[in-house]
Amino acid sequence: MTLELHPGECLSLVGHNGAGKSTLMNVLSGNLAPDKGRIEVAGVDITGCLTPQNATAHGVRCVFQELSLCPNLTVAENARISHPSISGIGWRGDARRLIGDKLDEVFPGHGIPADDMVSDLSIARRQMVEIARAFAVTTAEARVVILDEPTSSLDTVAAKKLLDHVRSYVRSGGTCVLISHLLGEVLDTSDRIAVMRDGGIVALDRASAFDRNSLVKAMGSVVEAVTDRAAEAAAVRDTAPVVVQATPGASRSSVLAAHRGEVVGLAGLSGQGQTELLVRVFDRAPGTTVDGEVALVAGDRQIDGIFPLWSIAENISIGSLRTFLKGMFLDRAAARDFADSWRDRIGIRTPNVDNSILSLSGGNQQKALFARALASPAQIIVMDDPMRGVDIGTKQEVYEMIREEAAKGRTFLWYTTEMDELRNCDHVYVFREGAIVADLRRSDMSEERVLRASFRADA
Amino acid sequence: MNMIAAMFRQPWLWAWLGALAAWLATSAFIGGKGSGEVMSAAMTFGAFFVIVALGQMFVITLGPGNVDLSIPACMTLAGTVSMKAMDGAATMIPVGLALALLVGAGIGVLNYALIRLLRIPPIIATLSSSFVFQSAAIWWNRGLRVKPPEALADLMTAKLGGMPVIALFVILLTIAGHLLLSRTIYGRGVVAIGQNMRAARLAGVKTERIRATTYIMCATLAGLCGYLLAAFSGGAALNMGEEYLLSSIAVVVIGGTSVAGGFANVPGLWGASLFLFLLVTMLNTFGAGAGIRLVMTGLIIIGVIVAASGGRNRT
Repeated sequence: MTLELHPGECLSLVGHNGAGKSTLMNVLSGNLAPDKGRIEVAGVDITGCLTPQNATAHGVRCVFQELSLCPNLTVAENARISHPSISGIGWRGDARRLIGDKLDEVFPGHGIPADDMVSDLSIARRQMVEIARAFAVTTAEARVVILDEPTSSLDTVAAKKLLDHVRSYVRSGGTCVLISHLLGEVLDTSDRIAVMRDGGIVALDRASAFDRNSLVKAMGSVVEAVTDRAAEAAAVRDTAPVVVQATPGASRSSVLAAHRGEVVGLAGLSGQGQTELLVRVFDRAPGTTVDGEVALVAGDRQIDGIFPLWSIAENISIGSLRTFLKGMFLDRAAARDFADSWRDRIGIRTPNVDNSILSLSGGNQQKALFARALASPAQIIVMDDPMRGVDIGTKQEVYEMIREEAAKGRTFLWYTTEMDELRNCDHVYVFREGAIVADLRRSDMSEERVLRASFRADA
Repeated sequence: MNMIAAMFRQPWLWAWLGALAAWLATSAFIGGKGSGEVMSAAMTFGAFFVIVALGQMFVITLGPGNVDLSIPACMTLAGTVSMKAMDGAATMIPVGLALALLVGAGIGVLNYALIRLLRIPPIIATLSSSFVFQSAAIWWNRGLRVKPPEALADLMTAKLGGMPVIALFVILLTIAGHLLLSRTIYGRGVVAIGQNMRAARLAGVKTERIRATTYIMCATLAGLCGYLLAAFSGGAALNMGEEYLLSSIAVVVIGGTSVAGGFANVPGLWGASLFLFLLVTMLNTFGAGAGIRLVMTGLIIIGVIVAASGGRNRT
């Protein structure tokens, strides 16, 4: 395969989890050396001498899917790391200005203080900092900016701001590589689209030559059928017993209620108290009523999800260890077979579940976390924006699985920043500033109503 | 071939190789005569190290910052209290054992309470509590050395089919420890917590219950070791636990357990404590001076750790 990047264009890469998108990007950024093939910049062969350190000097910038900020440093200090030309007395002020100005430019109204520790920021804000840092220019110019799943943790509004910025950056002559599973933003933002499958490019054409269906087909997935289930949802809410009742932290807020067999969506901009509420339900904090066991699907998989020293099988089976007890001891063969069957059910791309969890691509790690929760005996499953970095084919399968499990009587609480996912919910609560501000039935739910509730009337 | 390759990736291999090499070198130097006695002594002394290291291994595996520094004080207090209670009477042997275990468990509960309720880092909590326990031991026996019951002392030095009874007992204990680590919900939980405490909690692991169990188990094992060691060495002495502070940690690390937590193995404990004992024996036999001996011990330990970290594997 050959891939050419031209100045003043945005090229999108789409494809399944594990198709090789992130690997290609790691090669471009100098993180991985290519086994064969060449990298040329402006006709000069730089294969073999590209490292993450001098990639910046060549004008290549990256926003990684698993973010690359140092959590124990402030936002400004992180900006200094990738911009070594900031130095001397007052470097801290320069770094603060650099990152602050860029954040203001890309994400107006972001509300991120440059002196905050990165570990104190939500995953959405960390992603914003990472993006602003990549676009910031000091002595080294930003000729190619590679964005790997940049909107996966951003809400609709912040994602829109980013994509607008990408367009204006491209108009001013920059080159952008966008890796995303959200076909809408890919079609709207890019000039050309490359579809990857199993490490190769299977389709490459102008963006205008594709539409949603042809893209999905090129990736090898089945086009989804949108079903209307409003009537069904109403029936569940009116008859089934309440299994979860919880109130968010803010003082004035409505109550969230979930009935048995219901899929309840938690909407709103990111970081408005949705995750906190899910953790309260998981912990059975005072003031919440939870009838049944709870399992959680983490969204921030590095911090809340995976066990990096363990195999895929161990990562999946930790959620249901009790079912493998034979007397006092765990039946390890049973746990492995169990993980194997879930690999097939949820389509984790690996030849062997005994491989390390880190051998999987980001989206496949996320599938393992899904398997952990769905496989557990828990009847209530809370999901913290769980589809970050998951490809569209898998998403459809997981939606289907969630519907099946819900029909069998499991209850789901689903925080999501993607409007498409809310359409799979029976009932939606919109969060703003730590409180529930809207309580929408499936039949009343529309993108416009969710967005309107997400913003204060006076803002 | 694959089995051999897999063998070389075992984290405990290097400690065992080191122990074997030290033993062979010693045997060669003394011309093979008495090499059986050297091994027997190593098994006996090594057994005491393995008891405390087993508890310390579970604590260290809980992750960065987790370590129990109260082991020496706990051993001394448990040894002192049990020896004084038995006062040389053979009928009191079970009571003495129960008391030692109780003292250990009590110390574990206190340690965990400091860590959990007062949110003191484990290193500080166990270090400061150890001063209290050490003082308690001094106050309890006023520096007198009470002899253990004769039957118990005999049992400590007895042999069964050429093997020291104490070593046989500790081998059974380590088999139980291995099963606990690799085949129980508790053990899986410890390893999960050591990798990522927050993820473990969100995956449904009962993190606080497991941490409490681990600190209590570690102190109870230290209490057991104090009891056995006092019986072995003719009574409890106030400094009897001294060398167990750093050794308990060294044995765990040389045995291939990760200091950063989340990865542990039991066979390495035996390899490492035999290695430490045989290494000192070897240098003594060679007639090395105290200075050389310490320098060599340090260098060889570094060598083994470097060799082992080259082939680190998962549990």
